[in-house]
This record gives sequence, C-alpha cells and structure tokens, in this order.
Amino acid sequence: MAFFLWKYRRRPGQSATPHITGNWKLEVAWTVIPLVLVLIVFTRGLSGYLDAQETPAQALEIQVTAQKWQWQFEYPDGTESVNELHVPVNTPVRLMMSSEDVIHDFFVPDFRIKRDVLPDRYSQLSFDIPQTGLHVVECSQYCGKGHSSMIAKLYVDTEPQYEEWLKKGLEAEKKMPLGELGKKLYDTKGCSTCHSLDGTREDGPSWKGLFGRTNQMADGRVLKVDENYLRRAILEPNSMLLPDYAPLMPTFQGSLRDREVRALIEFIKAQQ
Amino acid sequence: MAARKRFPNYLNQSRGWRSWLLTTDHKRIAVMYLVAVLTAFLAGGIFAMLIRIEHLTPAQTIMTAEQYNRIFTMHGVVMVFLFVIPAIPVSLGNFVLPLMLGAKDVAFPRLNLAAFYTYLVGALFTITAMVTGGVDTGWTFYTPYSTTTHSSVGLMTLGLFILGISSVITAINFMVTIHQMRAPGMGWFQMPLFCWGIYATSVIQVLATPVLGITLVLLLMERVFQMGIFDSRLGGDPILFQHFFWFYAHPVVYVMILPGMAIISEVIPTFSHKTIFGYKAIAYSTLAIAGIGFLVWGHHMFVAGQSELATVIFSLLTFLVAIPSGVKVFNWLATMYRGSISFETPMLYAIIFILLFGIGGLAGLFLGALSVDVHLHDTYFVVAHFHFVMMGGTVMAFLGGLHYWWPKMTGRMYSEKAARVACALIFVGFNMTFLSQFVLGSRGMPRRYYTYLDQFQPLHEFSTFGSWVLGLGLFVVLAYLLASLRKPMDAPGNPWGGTTLEWTTQSPPLSENFVKPPVPERPPYDYRPAETSA
Repeated sequence: MAFFLWKYRRRPGQSATPHITGNWKLEVAWTVIPLVLVLIVFTRGLSGYLDAQETPAQALEIQVTAQKWQWQFEYPDGTESVNELHVPVNTPVRLMMSSEDVIHDFFVPDFRIKRDVLPDRYSQLSFDIPQTGLHVVECSQYCGKGHSSMIAKLYVDTEPQYEEWLKKGLEAEKKMPLGELGKKLYDTKGCSTCHSLDGTREDGPSWKGLFGRTNQMADGRVLKVDENYLRRAILEPNSMLLPDYAPLMPTFQGSLRDREVRALIEFIKAQQ
Repeated sequence: MAARKRFPNYLNQSRGWRSWLLTTDHKRIAVMYLVAVLTAFLAGGIFAMLIRIEHLTPAQTIMTAEQYNRIFTMHGVVMVFLFVIPAIPVSLGNFVLPLMLGAKDVAFPRLNLAAFYTYLVGALFTITAMVTGGVDTGWTFYTPYSTTTHSSVGLMTLGLFILGISSVITAINFMVTIHQMRAPGMGWFQMPLFCWGIYATSVIQVLATPVLGITLVLLLMERVFQMGIFDSRLGGDPILFQHFFWFYAHPVVYVMILPGMAIISEVIPTFSHKTIFGYKAIAYSTLAIAGIGFLVWGHHMFVAGQSELATVIFSLLTFLVAIPSGVKVFNWLATMYRGSISFETPMLYAIIFILLFGIGGLAGLFLGALSVDVHLHDTYFVVAHFHFVMMGGTVMAFLGGLHYWWPKMTGRMYSEKAARVACALIFVGFNMTFLSQFVLGSRGMPRRYYTYLDQFQPLHEFSTFGSWVLGLGLFVVLAYLLASLRKPMDAPGNPWGGTTLEWTTQSPPLSENFVKPPVPERPPYDYRPAETSA
C-alpha cells in the first residue's frame, strides 16, 4: 500500500487516470489464495484444540469450586485448600470445576489453558506439567467487585513434596488453636470481602461487637447473637437476613468442617 | 461553480428552535443525530480516560473496585449502543443517503424524526440507570451475574430495548428509501457503494435487533418474576443467554463496521481520482459479510462450555468472514493502482482505516484459531482486537466521512493544517494505547481487571500515556470543526471532485436537496477525462 501511495501520488498537471473497472481473474485470485491460507490456520488451530481436549483415563482428579471471590480445591483424600492448588509434576491432572454463584473462569496464562466455570454444571480441564514451578491462576470471566483479586497460586511439586503438602496441610489445621484457625478461615474463605473487623459497614455486617448483640431480623424476629445464631448464619445465611443487607452470602454448608465452623464462631466472639 | 447563484439552504431556510425540533428534513435530523452521537462519544471517551488513569498503578489509583466496574460498563454501553452502532447510519447516512440517490428526503420523513426521539428516550433511560445506582455487569450482561447483581440492570435493559426500536425504525426507513427513491435511471449497480453498505447494515439491524429485544425482556422477566430462563437455580441455562446475546451482538459488529467500509469505498476513488476497482465484488462482499456474520456468534463461547463440534464449526465459519473483508481491501488497493492520489484529511483517515483494520482483522484470525483462542480469550488481546476494528476501523472511517462531508453538511471548510496535525496525533495515540494491549493480553492479562499483577505495569502505563495523546487529538478535531462554524460559508459544491450525486448540489444543500430532480448521466466513480464536467 505504501508503494502505491508513493508511486501514484498526485503530481501537478496530471490528473487523468486510466478507467479500470475491474478484473475478475484478480478477484478470484484474492478470494482463493486467502481462503487456502485461512484454512491452513484453521486446521492448525483445530489440531491443537483437539489435542488439548483429550483427557487421559488415569488422571488425578481435583474438585474445583469457584465462588465470589475465591477458588477452593478438594483433593482425592479430602484435603481442602483455598486459593492454593498443589499438583504433582509429570502426572495427568483433571480438574472438575463448578461454581457456587455466577460464571467464573479458570485461566492459567503460563499453561495457556482456560475454561469457564458454571453454576450447577461441571466443566473439565486437564493438564500434565513436565516441570516443577509456581504459576498463577486468574479468574477471567467478569464476576464483580473482587474479580481481579480472585487469583490463586498453582504449585507444581515433585511427588514427595506433593505428598508432604497433603499431610502437612491437614495436620497443621488440626493442631492450630480454634481462634487462630478462625482468623485463617476469615482470610481465606472470603469472609473478609464483605465483613470488616473494624466496624466499617460493607456488603455484610461488621464482626466488631457482633457477638452478644440483639438483632432485629428482616422477617421481624428479634434474636440475640449467640453460638447458634452464628452457626445458622454461616450455614444457612438466607434464613438469617438482616434488614438493609442484600442476600449476597453463599452458604458454607458442606464446605466447612464442623471444627472450622466452631473456629469461626470463636474468632467472631473475640472481635469485641 | 463558485459564481453560481446560491439558493437558501436547509440551515437558513427557517429559524427558531421549533423549526429544528419538529423538522422532517433528513438533513436537520442528521445534524441533531450528529450532535447526539458526538455527545455520547465524548462521554464514553471520558469514561475510557478514567479507566486508563486507574490502570496507571497495579492497585487502587483513583477509584474503588465498584466504581471501576461501573465505569467500564458505562464505557462499553455508551460506546456500543449510543455511539458506534448508530453513529454512521443515523448521522452521515441520514444526511447523505437521499442526496446520493437523488431523492428529496428519506421514504418516511416523519418516521425518521420519530426514530430520533425514540433514540433520545432510550438514551435517557440508559443514562438514568447509570446515574441512579449504576450498572456493573459489563455491556454483555452475562447471566447469572446480571440477574443477581444489585444495580439498575432493569432500567438499563429497558433503555437498550427502546434504542433497539429506534434502530429498527431507521433501518426500515433506509431500506424502503433505497428500494423506492433512487433517481430515474439509477439501477442497483449504479448506486454509490455507500448505499450498499447502508442497505446491508439495515438488513442486519432489522433481523438481529429483535433478538436482543427478546433477550432483554427475558432477562427482565427473570430479574423481576424469577422466571427460570437463564438461572440454573431456577432450572434455566446461563449458556442460553450467551447464545441469545451473541446471536444479536455478533451480527451487530458488522452493523458497526459495514458503514465504515462503505465510507472508505467512497473516499478512496474520490481521492485517487479513479474509478472504483471491482464495484460488484465490493457490493457482493458487503452482502457476504452481512450473511456470514449471522453464523459465527459461537466464536465468543469457545471456552464457555458449548459442544466441541459446535466450536469447530464456528471456528471454520469465522475464518470465512476474513475472505470478503480481504476482497474489499484488495479492491481498494487496486483502486489506488495507477491513480492520482491526493492526501487530504479524509484520505488520510481512509489510509489509517486500512492499516488499523488490517491489523485488527489479522488479530481476529488469531482469535478464530481454536487453540490460540483458548489462551487469548477474555484477555487484553481481545480488548485490543475489537478496539482496532471498532475504533481503528469504524471510528476512523466515521472521522474520515465526517471530514469528507463536513463541507457539504455545514457549507464550510475546516483548517486542513489543523486536521492533519490531529490526524497524526490520533494515529500515534491510538497505536500507543492499543498495540501495547496486544502484548498485555498475550502475556495473560485478563480483561475487566480492576487490579493487576505488578509485572504488567510498564505496558499499562504506556497504554495510558497513549490514551492521552489520542484524547488530545480528538479534542483538536472538535476544536477546529467548531471553529470552522464561525466562518462564513465558503465551501464549493464539490470540493473534492467527487462523482456521486450529493456533490452536484450546492453546499450546504437546499431544503429540497436539488434544484430539479437529478438524472445521473453516468455511473458513479467515472473519471474518464473526455467527459469530466466542470
């Protein structure tokens, strides 16, 4: 184009141009040649895509649960982790993913893989990484306020490191005092996105001074905030709505162990 | 030509605000539309600037996450629905189409005014939604986010529904005008190519917009009455929404780009002083793009969970769209071949269009390739791609068309020197802003991210600086165009040596467009010297 622009620029005293209306041979040429080119690109893209869709039969299966705004991972032995995924190196891994609320998307830029995570439906993603290392998982389907902080770390460990981590993760939690575990859950389970500790009102009520207070509920009941109140509010949040607050909170039924619920209650109690 | 007697023109024929607000003259309606869409462009541009400033640092810069989400939604909604979709057809198209056909007005002048007010009402709803409560869903309104978020989604969808009605009315009006009101002796293949572009655009509008309307109504039903259509908790399917939405929204990107291409097909022969190469090929490629455009919506959903077979078919069809687009570009280049090219501002924008649209189009091929799309989907690469085709394509063509027909619309020439400076600023600023985003995307920067990883900061900064250069360029355009209005009318009837009928009347045209109904003696773009008229 640059050549044409220079070659055929308007020169003084010359404005007559040849009357060329078209040339069907050229039209065919610049239809067919690009067609062949794009078909080549298409087949290359297709083969890469199909390769990526194949899932090996013997894969380590990890459950991924996405919710506003965190990633939860559950391993075959029942270990759970939040925003931290460990996989062994040189092992086929299959992620079974579903969402608790809106659509999220599991994206690992380093592996060039991506898949939407939908509510009430499993989507799958598999990979087999030949090198150990640390990678980033990003949510790449817009999901609201915390969308850009919905980031998890992906560790590709050696086999012994991975086994070690599975064991340590569980035992460390067992030994941890309740209040400390509650603090950890507050940070990792997403509570901190909506509940402040300093009295600031966010999407949910602040935990400061919450325990022992008497609340007027949205349905008119008047309840004292005690252990039972908190337990229900965590496991069945929609049955414990406060006036002026939107029903935003997901249920934690099934995603918190009993000891973890107690740990959270302990932690809330301590916020006076 | 300058010595010819000037008739009272459409601008000074009658005075007073009533003569404008109640006018049925397509030219006055076009001018009012132009003011409206440029206002929308300004507002959308300010939102864009705020987004870029926020991204100067990886964490919070000037706004909170909620504000950021609202502003990028407003940027998208205003730019897409209030500016890019209507811009060229309703302002330039409304003005030029009847002139090009040698008609006195569009087929239904009152309907034309009604469509304008429908647009205003729709815009009012949309703006009210933004001011009261705001909307934080992105312009795509994906469920179940949009059915569960606590923002003014209802009001917003109502506004877009009304805007859709306005689009359909205008599209039908233009189609009837093209069918019925061509000058005697002007067959379909003697129409200027701009009319082909507007025609294809109108067909898409009429066929696709109702789908958006239905989708938005269903969305509203689900929000208000908890009908289970898209929400899986209620037995619906969120993917269904994406199918519905893109069945409309993909054809609509051709609503945005086809009028732009149509302007380029006018500008290039005029400034090459040579007849268009492959008239029929360009006309047919316009129809081909409009047709294939209906069959590729699934390429927005390669990673969303549609079936693998569907994904493969959509990928193949997507590649086919590249062919007619390529045909157009080759024909434009062939038109320049052995031409006599002069470089006034409209031609500069046409050249920029070909360059940027070329880059944007090739980036589209990357995204159409399945394995590559899986990585690039929903990253800044996509953002850069559609800004290259929408801003680098449609907006550059719009600016080119605005400069091309400005003398015809206002009767005044703008400062050519200032226009060239602005054009250069826009070109440099645009590439700084968006080329850097291709790199960001390929490195894994997801779109709609309020905060980002530290490693992306230098590129984000560069992009923000680019947006300032781009914004400055656009303000210069606004300044010299407004300045030109203060001068007395000085534009000749045909400043560029154009061959289409709108150049045969005076600038600005009289209310009835032509002194007597024109009869085209020759097909458009005929530059053979023997017959060149004075």
